[in-house]
Amino acid sequence: MPSESIVLLGVNHKTTPLAVREKMALAEGYAEPLKALGRIQGLKEYYLLSTCNRVEVLYTTDDLASSRAEVLSLLFGKAVPATDLDKYVYQYENEEAVRHLFMVASSLDSMIVGEAQILGQLKEAYRHASQMKCSGLVLNKLLHRSFFVAKRVRTETRIGASAVSISYAAVELARKIFGQLDDKRVMLIGAGEMAELAAEHLVGQGVAKVVVVNRTLERAVKLARRFNGEAVSLDELVDQLVNVDIIISSTGAAGTILSKDDVKPVLRERRNRPLFFIDIAVPRDLDQDINELDNVYLYDIDDLTSVVEMNKAGRDREAVKAERIVAEETLKFSGWLESMEVTPTIVELRQMADDICRGELEKTLGRVHGLGPEEKKSIEKMASAIVAKMLHNPLQYLKTDSNGHGVDRRSRINTVRELFQLEGSSEISNVRGEDE
Amino acid sequence: MSYLLFQFSFVGYFLAMSMYIAFFVSQNNTVRLLSRRIFTAAAILHTLNIIARYYEAGHTPITTQHETVSFFAWAIAWGYLSFRWRYSVKNFGTFVSVLTVLFMLIAALASREILPLVPALQSWWLPVHASIAIVANGFLALACIGGIMYLLQEREIKRKHFGLFYSRLPSLDALDKLNQHCLSVGFPLFTLGIISGSVWAKQAWGAYWHWDPKETWSLITWFLYAALVHLRFTVGWRGRPAAIMTIIAFLAVLFTLWGVNYLLGGIHSYAK
Repeated sequence: MPSESIVLLGVNHKTTPLAVREKMALAEGYAEPLKALGRIQGLKEYYLLSTCNRVEVLYTTDDLASSRAEVLSLLFGKAVPATDLDKYVYQYENEEAVRHLFMVASSLDSMIVGEAQILGQLKEAYRHASQMKCSGLVLNKLLHRSFFVAKRVRTETRIGASAVSISYAAVELARKIFGQLDDKRVMLIGAGEMAELAAEHLVGQGVAKVVVVNRTLERAVKLARRFNGEAVSLDELVDQLVNVDIIISSTGAAGTILSKDDVKPVLRERRNRPLFFIDIAVPRDLDQDINELDNVYLYDIDDLTSVVEMNKAGRDREAVKAERIVAEETLKFSGWLESMEVTPTIVELRQMADDICRGELEKTLGRVHGLGPEEKKSIEKMASAIVAKMLHNPLQYLKTDSNGHGVDRRSRINTVRELFQLEGSSEISNVRGEDE
Repeated sequence: MSYLLFQFSFVGYFLAMSMYIAFFVSQNNTVRLLSRRIFTAAAILHTLNIIARYYEAGHTPITTQHETVSFFAWAIAWGYLSFRWRYSVKNFGTFVSVLTVLFMLIAALASREILPLVPALQSWWLPVHASIAIVANGFLALACIGGIMYLLQEREIKRKHFGLFYSRLPSLDALDKLNQHCLSVGFPLFTLGIISGSVWAKQAWGAYWHWDPKETWSLITWFLYAALVHLRFTVGWRGRPAAIMTIIAFLAVLFTLWGVNYLLGGIHSYAK
C-alpha cells in the first residue's frame, strides 16, 4: 500500500437532492476554490470538477483523515452543516477513485448515461487545475488517462449513441409537430446535462428564443446567457407557458411541477397553438395526464428512448461493455501506480541490469575459447562491478528523501523509469499526447 | 369520343394511384416524379373528356350522376394540382389519388347515357351554379383528406407508437395549415354556390328558398363549415377537433350529393 493515496470526494445527482446540490455547486468558478485548496497542508495534487449534477474533488495526500475534514469544510462548509455532509458525500480511495473518475469521464455515472458534455466539462476543469499547477505527475496522468478511457468507451460501445439520438429524436418530434422551428420558443425548466443537450440541438435548428426557468434565478441567468435567452423564476412558470412552444423539464423535484389543470387554461390563451413537453427528469416533473389534452404532446425520457428504438436491454448491454473497459483501464492504471514506488522500481532496475549483464557475459564467454574457470570468474566479477557502480547513483537518487533534490518521490521514480525504459509505465505514458 | 377520353383518364388516375402507393411505401423519389406526371396527364385527359362531352351533349355536363361525380373527381384532381403548384404537402398526392380513383369508379359505374336537359335546367345558371358548387366540394374533399391525414399522424405522435405514417406524413402544423387553406377556398365557393342556386331558384321556381331536401342539407352543411371556420378564426380552434369536424362536414357534403337524391328526393334531384 503506497503511503500516498488518491482520494475522490464528491456529491452527485444520485446522492444529493438538487436543492442541496445547488447550494454546493461552485458558483464563482474554479480559480478561488483551487487557490483555497492549495492552502491545505496535506494536499499534494488536487483538481476540482463542478457541473449541474456533481461536485467532485480529487487529490493525493499522505494524511487521509485530516485532509478529508479540511477539504469538506473548505468546499461545502458554508453550504451544508457538517453533520449532513456525511449523508451526501461519497469518498473513494486509490483504485476505487480511479474507477469512479473513469466512470464519470465515460458518462456512465451521468444522469443520462452516454451524454457527451461531461467530458468537455472534465477537460475544462482539468485545464484550470493544470494551469494553476495544482495537478502533478499522478493527477496529470490519471486525468489524461480518463480522457482516453472516455474516448475508448465512446468508440467501442454504442452508449453515446443513445443520448445523442434521444435529443435528436426530440428535435425530430418537434419538427413533426410544429413543422417550422424558427419561430418557436423553448423553455428549459431546471438544468441538467441532457436538457442542455436537447436545448442546444434545438438552438442549432434555429429556434427563436430560449427561456430558462430555475428555482434559483442566479443559475437561470447564467444558463440563459449561454443560450442568449431570458431567465425567469419558477413562480412565473405557468404564466410563461403562454409564450413558449417547447418545454424541456429536468428539475430534481420529488413531485410533479405541472399538472393537467395548470396547462388546460393556458391552451385557451394560446389559441390552441400546440405545446410540446419533454420531461427528462427522473422522477418525472410533469403529470402524465397532460398528454391527454388536445394539441398538447408530452414525452418523457422513456418515450424518447423507445422512439430511438434503443431498448433498455440494449442500453444495459452497452453499459456492461463500457464498464468492462473502465475496469480494464482501472487495472492498467493501478499497475502503473504500483510501479511508481521505490522498491518495485529498484527491483525492476536491478533485474534489467542483471539480465543485460548475464546476456552479454554469455555472448562473450561463448565466443572466447581457452579461458579457465578462474579467468571466467574474474570477468563475471568485473561485469557485475560495472553494473553495480553504474546503478549506484540512480539507486541513491531513488532512495533519498526529497529534501536533497527538491523533486518529489514520484517524479524521481518516473524519471528513473523513463530513463531506463522500465516496463509498466510505457503504455500509460504514451497516452499523454493523444488528447491535446 | 368523350367516353374514350374518360376511360383513358380513369386508367391514368388508377396508374397514378398505384404509383403513389408504391411511392408511399418505398419513398423512392423517381417513383414520385413519375406518379405526379401520370396524375397530371390523367387530369388533362379528364379535362378534355369533359369538354368533349360538353359538345356531345350540347350543354354543361353536370346533370347526370355520371357527369356530376366525374366532375367532382375532376375538381379534386385540379384542386390538388393547384395546391401543388403553390406549396407541397408530403404524400398528399397518395391520398388524393385514392379518393379521385374512388370517385371515377363511381362515375364509371353510373349510366353514361346523355339525357336531354329538363326545362328547369335550361339556363346559363346551370354551368355557374353546378360548377361552383362542385369545385367547392372538391376543395372541401381536399380539406377532409387533410383532416384524415392529420388524425393518422396525430394518433401516432400522441400514442408514441410510430408506424407507417410518422415518417411519411408531413408535420401536424403543415396538415393543419392545409386544412385551413382548403377551407378558406372551399367555404367561400360553397357559399357562392348556395347564393347562385338561390338566385337561380328565384328565376326557375319563383322563390329564393324552397326548403327542398337538397337545399336544407346544403344549408346544414354550410352551417357545419361556417361553425368550423368561425371557431378557427375566433378562438383558434385547430388540430384534432378541427380535423374531426372537417371530416363530419364532408360526410354532410356527400349526403347532400347522394343521400338526398336517393333517400329524400325532392325537386332538386335531377341526377338519379
